[in-house]
Amino acid sequence: MLAKRVIPCLDVTAGRVVKGVNFVSLRDAGDPVEIAKRYDEQGADELTFLDITASSDDRDLILHVIEGVAAQVFIPLTVGGGVRKVEDVRRLLNAGADKVSINTAAVQNPNLVAESSSRYGSQCIVVAMDVKRGRPLSGSPEGGSEHGLKAQAPEWQVFTHGGRRPTGIDALSWARKMQELGAGEILLTSMDRDGTREGFDLALTRTISDAVDIPVIASGGVGSLEHLAQGVLTGRADAVLAASIFHFGEFSVRQAKEYMAARGIEVRL
Amino acid sequence: MKVAVIDYGMGNLRSVSKALEHVAPQVEVLVTSDAKVVATADRVVFPGQGAMPDCMREMDSRNLRPAVLAAARDRPFLGICIGLQMLFDSSEEGDTQGLGIFPGQVRRFPASGSAQDAGGRLKVPHMGWNQVRQRGPHRLWAGIEDATRFYFVHSYYASPSAGSLIAAETDYGMCFTCAVARDNIFAVQFHPEKSQTSGLRLLANFISWNP
Repeated sequence: MLAKRVIPCLDVTAGRVVKGVNFVSLRDAGDPVEIAKRYDEQGADELTFLDITASSDDRDLILHVIEGVAAQVFIPLTVGGGVRKVEDVRRLLNAGADKVSINTAAVQNPNLVAESSSRYGSQCIVVAMDVKRGRPLSGSPEGGSEHGLKAQAPEWQVFTHGGRRPTGIDALSWARKMQELGAGEILLTSMDRDGTREGFDLALTRTISDAVDIPVIASGGVGSLEHLAQGVLTGRADAVLAASIFHFGEFSVRQAKEYMAARGIEVRL
Repeated sequence: MKVAVIDYGMGNLRSVSKALEHVAPQVEVLVTSDAKVVATADRVVFPGQGAMPDCMREMDSRNLRPAVLAAARDRPFLGICIGLQMLFDSSEEGDTQGLGIFPGQVRRFPASGSAQDAGGRLKVPHMGWNQVRQRGPHRLWAGIEDATRFYFVHSYYASPSAGSLIAAETDYGMCFTCAVARDNIFAVQFHPEKSQTSGLRLLANFISWNP
């Protein structure tokens, strides 16, 4: 049976990993290669790198990071952050990324998703959606008959620019649209939960996961191992992504997977 | 020893070449779109990403078909992902003709919503780590336990019309062929270059394989 995936996420700025990764016995707590190798040894199913470099001068450093990691870590690598053009996708793939995640630029130019996936294949295009609860400014025009039913149901809106800018786009119709344009996977982050350690927005995760045929990665809010299990069992996520619970050495990836296995979830151990 | 990784302009071959260099530092790994280089290589890796119609078109636009067919006849030959699918007669993807080295078709996983996976949808692409059930002993499985997990990402799968070709199977809503083998050819639907220790072992086995 296909295993549910556990994906640690690393924030990278100017070629260094930030957000206090805390492994005992690391020579250098900011070295992306060392950290990636550690997660790989713990049984991470994939790694996601989020480039949060602010200065455009330092943007290319992410390419060196990926080259360095890809030469030593042989599991799938996803890179996101600041992807604007097909050329950005190409450069990241050539550096050794297996998937590239597109967020703000997908909203600004949905054709980027279509163009990138037709050129490089859906398998390497992840659309990252940052979502908050609340009725979008303009609802989706499609699904008229569904509308009455959904009147009482929660609604979610897509945000861009790291969750700062509302788009007026309904999350559910956006996820379906991204699938149609060729996204191979959706990285779904609840901005309401991100950083709270209260667990995933499970209603959101399940709503999106049930609405699309492509895999959905749940993100935002993990504070315990049970949260990871709930993301799969209740949220029906295909993969779970977390940052802080792994970075601060609270839990290893292996502990997370052992816990999930004990909850009856198929994982790779 | 020279190993050619055939580059027909589809996707990222860096992972494949890096993984080969990692397991066999003594080997010369050449990522190439030059038919002459393929012709003189001792071993050939035929990877592939994206869509099969594009792969066939790009391969032919570089005049690589004769070199690929020649390598598949007489040298250790490893197909990966689309590199497995292209060995068959044809694919449902874009109604494409393959190389016809193996009899059989390439089909799409059934539309989701029809199959159920623990109450949820069966997602396509089939993406992630799944168990590979070996059909029998083969040099390339050496040191790899039966039912080991490898990393998959694909929406189409090969359906060989000769059962003897099947080297391994995987379950995803149904049982499908995830590896085929005959003589000097071995091909896998999963990505050994992304399958950590077990994937690297398979690549190392390929480098030392003398069919």
